[in-house]
Amino acid sequence: MTEAADVIRSPGRRAGGLASIVAFAALVVLAGAVLFPVFATALNGFKDLSEFRTNPFGLPHVWQWSNYWDILTGYRYWQVLGNSLLIAFFTVTLTLVLSAMAAFTFAHLRFFGDRFLMSYIQLGLLFPLATAIVPIFIRIRGLGLLDSHWGVILPQVAFSLAMGVLLIRNAFKQLPSELLDAAMMDGCGYFRYFLFITLPLSGPILATVAVISFVESWNGYLLPLIVLNSESRYPWTLGLMAYQGQYMTSWQLVLAFITLTILPAILMFLMAQRWIVAGLTAGAVKS
Amino acid sequence: MAAVTYAEAKPTAPAFAEPARRMTLNGWAVVVIFLPPALLLFTVFVFLPIVEAGWYSFFNWNGYGPPEKFIGLKNYGYLFSNPTFIRSLVNNGLIIVFSLLVQLPLALAVAVMVAGRIVGAVWFRMIFFLPYVLAPVAAGLIWHFMFDGDYGVVGAVTTALGAPPYFLLADKTWAFSAVLIVVLWKYFGFHMMLYVAGLQGIDGALLEAAEMDGASAWQRFWHITLPLLGPMIRLSVFFSIIGALQVFDIIVPLTGGGPFETTNTMVSFLYFFGLTRMRIGFSSAVGVVLFIICVTFAFGYQRIVMRDD
Repeated sequence: MTEAADVIRSPGRRAGGLASIVAFAALVVLAGAVLFPVFATALNGFKDLSEFRTNPFGLPHVWQWSNYWDILTGYRYWQVLGNSLLIAFFTVTLTLVLSAMAAFTFAHLRFFGDRFLMSYIQLGLLFPLATAIVPIFIRIRGLGLLDSHWGVILPQVAFSLAMGVLLIRNAFKQLPSELLDAAMMDGCGYFRYFLFITLPLSGPILATVAVISFVESWNGYLLPLIVLNSESRYPWTLGLMAYQGQYMTSWQLVLAFITLTILPAILMFLMAQRWIVAGLTAGAVKS
Repeated sequence: MAAVTYAEAKPTAPAFAEPARRMTLNGWAVVVIFLPPALLLFTVFVFLPIVEAGWYSFFNWNGYGPPEKFIGLKNYGYLFSNPTFIRSLVNNGLIIVFSLLVQLPLALAVAVMVAGRIVGAVWFRMIFFLPYVLAPVAAGLIWHFMFDGDYGVVGAVTTALGAPPYFLLADKTWAFSAVLIVVLWKYFGFHMMLYVAGLQGIDGALLEAAEMDGASAWQRFWHITLPLLGPMIRLSVFFSIIGALQVFDIIVPLTGGGPFETTNTMVSFLYFFGLTRMRIGFSSAVGVVLFIICVTFAFGYQRIVMRDD
């Protein structure tokens, strides 16, 4: 996805002037349509309710910084972001650790039932979490994990494993097998080989899996919705809905809250755009 | 229990094609230490729940105490005679049809434009991809505001035209089109990015050769680009159907399933009509139906459509 590649492969270019101007204009219009809701949300968060009614499109006449400021200085916003971060951090870490360990075993060791176990875990690719949400709720309740972050983290990790194990195992298998032979010859066991050779060489695929499971977890809604009851434990997706329920009549505050809660995702996307796009698409293609 | 029978029924296949390494004590230690955590978590939170969903769906159970009132297939009977559920099924179907007929062609057209050298190509790609990384809940809420008859864009347009306010989200004939628009807005960039990746994998020499032989731009697209993009298109169709089957987060903030329960999907039906009312058996039946649809589709599609990819 580099610029150089773009220059070389430009199917049907040379049609030249008019066609590309039309195409460019179409893209500008489309980009405007895609961005409009986001900008409208952010800008209307700066208005007061009366202006909001009369001037929903334009820039605010009077910028109500307090709409944003009150949220930023309040406890609630930081609490929901903190909860989301905590849940996502443990989800990503556990997904990476458990997937990499299982993937390493499947990539290098032949034992009775290895293929069966690999396809067993691949079953997870076939259906979404929603299909099993009811028994997951019963199980979480049975384990006493209702209203705890672990009740959200563990099922999220379990549902990321199929993707993680598959992607990571395929990457591990692509490492030259001479590496393993040489390491074994030098008396390096599997464990040290895993820690000091396999993992350091597998940065890109681990990043891919991390991006996918982070985005899933950060944006997750259904699972926390059924597991968590206390607002103090809500991730931002639930916190946003709770806020909307409370300030239903003050759209401008809700819009400010939306803007601030999607801001981390937008900033992360802008900063790590290439990694995120590559992770989410390559991950999809390879699994 | 089901796990055991499955395991016994399926004997282990012969060794992988790769040269076999002799199993050492060290190797067994890896198997014993590295594998169980993943297997345990997967079994407890993925495999057993789906088996249990099948089991619970035969009971009339409110979730307290053990399930005792066995009612056979009655939950499924209730389900398929419930007009709201049928409507949900239809809605999931509508998302699929809309994705295939509108979203994917749009994504492909845009991909062709931004895969090339056009000014700002990288920026356009990024802008179109952006909604994909935003949470569906936030997307639903943003668009709830956009569609609001008093405030949002719809409100502004009707005011400008001097028309009475129009509440799309309260219009039971058209409310679901709002869901489709949000799905389009949020997901077309993802499919576009898949196509861009596919387009960049096409050998430019092929297209140049065809051009020299006098093939028009359209001929080159139709006879070279499109067939070569086949695997990526089949993949994107797969994702858009699997994705369409599990739409939920967008619905809750956008319409809440209303007006008159016309905008539910299977998962929102499961949630609003089963889980929130603690009708565990009934909602498990919804989960099983969704599971069967997903698995049948995934298997069938991979066997039939993607067998050569």
